[in-house]
Amino acid sequence: MILDLQKFVSERRPDWEAFEAMLQHLEDDARQHRFDVADVQRFHYLYERVAADLTKLSTSAVEPQTRNYLESLVARGFGEMHGNARRLPLTGSLLQLVTAFPQAVRRHFAILLMVLAIFGSGMVFGGLALALDETAKPVLMPFPHLLGDPSERVAEEEATAAKEDPMEGGKSTFSAQLMTYNTKVAIVTLALGMTFGIGTGILLFYNGVIIGAVMVDYVLAGESVFLAGWLLPHGSVEIPAILLAGQGGLLLGRTLLFAHGRRSMGQRLQEIRADLVVLTAGVASLLIWAGIIESFMSQYHEPILPYVVKISFGVIQLVGLIAYMVLAGRGNLKQEQLK
Amino acid sequence: MMSSRYNNLVVQTPEGVQFTYQLASPVSRFIALAVDIMIIWTAMSLMGVLVTLMQWVSYDFAMAFYILLYSVFNIGYFILLEMLWRGQTIGKRMLSLRVQDMHGLKLQPAQLVLRNLLRFADSLPVLYFLGGASALISPRSQRLGDIAAGTVVVRMPHLALPDWGELMENQFNSFRQYPRLEALLRQRVPPEAAELALQSLRRRDEMEPLARARLFRELAVHLQQQVKFPIEITASMSDEQYVRNCVDSLYQVARKA
Repeated sequence: MILDLQKFVSERRPDWEAFEAMLQHLEDDARQHRFDVADVQRFHYLYERVAADLTKLSTSAVEPQTRNYLESLVARGFGEMHGNARRLPLTGSLLQLVTAFPQAVRRHFAILLMVLAIFGSGMVFGGLALALDETAKPVLMPFPHLLGDPSERVAEEEATAAKEDPMEGGKSTFSAQLMTYNTKVAIVTLALGMTFGIGTGILLFYNGVIIGAVMVDYVLAGESVFLAGWLLPHGSVEIPAILLAGQGGLLLGRTLLFAHGRRSMGQRLQEIRADLVVLTAGVASLLIWAGIIESFMSQYHEPILPYVVKISFGVIQLVGLIAYMVLAGRGNLKQEQLK
Repeated sequence: MMSSRYNNLVVQTPEGVQFTYQLASPVSRFIALAVDIMIIWTAMSLMGVLVTLMQWVSYDFAMAFYILLYSVFNIGYFILLEMLWRGQTIGKRMLSLRVQDMHGLKLQPAQLVLRNLLRFADSLPVLYFLGGASALISPRSQRLGDIAAGTVVVRMPHLALPDWGELMENQFNSFRQYPRLEALLRQRVPPEAAELALQSLRRRDEMEPLARARLFRELAVHLQQQVKFPIEITASMSDEQYVRNCVDSLYQVARKA
């Protein structure tokens, strides 16, 4: 078919330019100005005309530049026509996170059990390894402040606390360091789900080994109370947060590995995408809180802060967190299921 | 014409219309990333001045502020800019790149958050090795974050309708006297060659005189091989005028009255 390109372009150009102007309007300021029904109908009409022109040109014309131009219009229009409304995750989404986070955790509870199993295995391994071979300490927990004798450390910390504020002038900085470091660890734990969950599993196991070794070290030294007072205030939030990040990682790994019917990998990933973002946001929120507690509370020992206070705080916090994860958002979920 | 140089992503709409995205190469993406990282460093250096001033009030608070700001800015820069600029950061804008949904749909915030969170996996062990290797292997040039988020990074060349203005200055085209030969020319000249001739005319002023003469000579010879117009009208015609007439005939450009 021979097409008089110049005539075709001059005839159709007004529609193309009108469509491009509407697209530009949508792309530039979609949140400020929305189309009314007449505009939407006009947009749809123009999109179909441009798409038809592209088809016509693709089969008959000699001029790639006009075809490329029309292709770009159709591509931009297609996104606007078929995509969902764009929203920035601001206040509304932050409020939704309060219920969406525990809902996402519960939705993938089986994976959480697997996380607990891997982490628990690491703890048992770390604890047993240290109990059976104390010389393995530098390998199991390569942190200078943990390598010494627990009883000596407790005596030293309590002596310092009796004389001065151990965190004087550095609480905020330490807190910020903890928040950023722990959040980074959590994100890496989740992101390593892309290694089919293997990287996430290794990180979870390794963290379990460290925690297990530290616990056994202090328990064997008779410093269980100090250990509980030291770890519980922040650990009751920080450790669950890392476990939930691991849940996200293993969820990602499972989605990559298993087909679950005839769905493509893209479809499967699309289904869990929102949950992964919600899990990350929830975990980050928990870690911010844990960073504050670790810096402003966990580092203070007797006589400044009695262990009974610290342990009670940690236990109440852990119970509260579990209750939140079990109960929050149940009503909303039922309503959504009913809809 | 450009499809041989770039990987393409073809999207077919429910209406049966096809359109193509040119996928960005890993190298151009790496350059865009380097630009963005330099911007982050520069911004943080400038913030360092503010933090130095804040230290007069409280050293502890100033340092905490800087550490938190650095972390938030490092991740937030990419997420926020890509949300506000429809898949672009400053680096991507400079290189005309854009993050795009793999199916051509509108980008969702969750996609942008996820693809940027997974930078941590892509950057392992050093210098985005994992992400770079993934982009090289993947048929859609996707790093791990893109695979999880269902996104691709595409080139966004500036596209506009061709400006026919300069060709309309061709007041008289002697080839018009031979409509049969013109039709034959349109039939035999492939779209790529027609586009090449058109672009050569459009960019003639950008070329060195010698290179221009050589180019139009080659084009004229090529076009003469397709269709031979009578010698009496082509004998005294320059190569450039020959190409101009051919383009005029190919595109049916209307002459000025």
